[in-house]
Amino acid sequence: MATEEHAGGLQIHPMDQFVVKPLFGDGPIEWYTPTNVTLWMGIAVLAMIALLVLSTRRRAIVPSRGQSVAELFYGFIHKMVEDVAGHEGLKFFPYIMTLFMFVFLSNMLGLIPMSFTTTSHIAVTAVLALLVFLTVTLVGFYRKGIGFLSMFWVSSAPLILRPILAVIELISYFVRPLSHSIRLGGNLMAGHAVIKVFAGFAGAMGVASVVPIAAIAAIYGLELLVAAVQAYVFTILTCVYLRDAVGDAHH
Amino acid sequence: MATEAHGEAGQAVGMPQLDFSTWPNQIFWLLVTLVVIYFVLSKIALPRIGAVLADRKSTITNDLAAAEELKQKAVAAEKAYNDALANARTEAAKIVAQAKAEIQKDLDAATAKADVEIAAKAAESEKSIAEIRDGAAAAVSEVAKDVAAELVAALGGAADAKTVTAAVTARLKG
Amino acid sequence: MEGDIAEMGKFIGAGLATMGLGGAGIGVGHIAGNFLAGALRNPSAAPGQMANLFVGIAFAEALGIFSFLIALLLMFAV
Repeated sequence: MATEEHAGGLQIHPMDQFVVKPLFGDGPIEWYTPTNVTLWMGIAVLAMIALLVLSTRRRAIVPSRGQSVAELFYGFIHKMVEDVAGHEGLKFFPYIMTLFMFVFLSNMLGLIPMSFTTTSHIAVTAVLALLVFLTVTLVGFYRKGIGFLSMFWVSSAPLILRPILAVIELISYFVRPLSHSIRLGGNLMAGHAVIKVFAGFAGAMGVASVVPIAAIAAIYGLELLVAAVQAYVFTILTCVYLRDAVGDAHH
Repeated sequence: MATEAHGEAGQAVGMPQLDFSTWPNQIFWLLVTLVVIYFVLSKIALPRIGAVLADRKSTITNDLAAAEELKQKAVAAEKAYNDALANARTEAAKIVAQAKAEIQKDLDAATAKADVEIAAKAAESEKSIAEIRDGAAAAVSEVAKDVAAELVAALGGAADAKTVTAAVTARLKG
Repeated sequence: MEGDIAEMGKFIGAGLATMGLGGAGIGVGHIAGNFLAGALRNPSAAPGQMANLFVGIAFAEALGIFSFLIALLLMFAV
């Protein structure tokens, strides 16, 4: 707990931005307490409604700017699901769109200074990844029955290698939710912590702090990219996993 | 400082992500959020955007079809126009030929008539010219006889009418 | 004294854990470089492989993030 004391007098608390606080009062955090998590998730929902519902309320044949953006998101994810998960995967399009919009908007809203990044919390990303994992597993068994297990039995490999490969495949299958969640949470946490560390340098360096401030600006640009790319990666990996469940196994 | 702050917030670890006491809270609100987003998307936003996109696609397809139809119509109209033009040309050429033939016929008839008249007139003229010439010749021989008789008389000879006439006639023929 | 040694061990461990990031960097660079090399040979096929590029980078990067996470755990959680 005394780590900061060893940090050479720099007052850097890169992890403070991730603290979950109750919105009202100071009480203990029960499962129903409205916290900053609630606030920023609510803002994400409102942003989603503004982006996809309000902007398209005129249903114009010639789209306005907002409607073009909404159509862009729709077309992007629709094409991704169709290309990666196959035509069967389109049944899960609303589900994947939900994940994408939530992750993308949370990442982007988290980049507003002083905001709270819900997707930087392992609890959130783990639930998202477990939802995907459970969906894929249940849908796979529902659609293919026991044949879903043939995914682990690599029929193109030599017979001797197959049991070993099956074990590896099985392990990699169960590691999926772990890597899926930690990739997203870790990326965002790392980026925000790095910005905060540089901000701490800026406070301690006097005139020379233009250097860390410039670095923060550069990292902020990188973080914008990371926020978008991680949402994209999370979604496309969901599609890839979903293909195992709904698509052709030997595709 | 941070330690105290964390202590006040009632947290046992330095990494808020691993503070398991907040997990139920986050998971609960996350599930609420996801359910809300899912229903808004699947009930309102996605069908609407999908309908708009399909609408636009069909509008564009219809417009393209209509444009194609109009183009066909234009091509047909142009063809009809060209046909009409060609017909009119043939018709005009026929009429012109007919008119020409008629005119030629009239012309020929008139020419023939004129030729006949001219021939008649020419013959008449010939006749009158011949008459005149004969008259003149007769007059000439008369005058010649008279002149010859006078000349003979003047020269002192007795002019035999028969001899003079024969001589004059012979000279006139000679 | 004992606590100080434990602190020291934590910092050393965290520092060592960051070396994993180098591996992730090598991996990501390898993927991106090979993608670029392939894309320059056959530019028409490149856009269709963008998804695979990102998925590959994501897989490589995830391992780097794991080591970063271990560093963070050592620093703040242990």
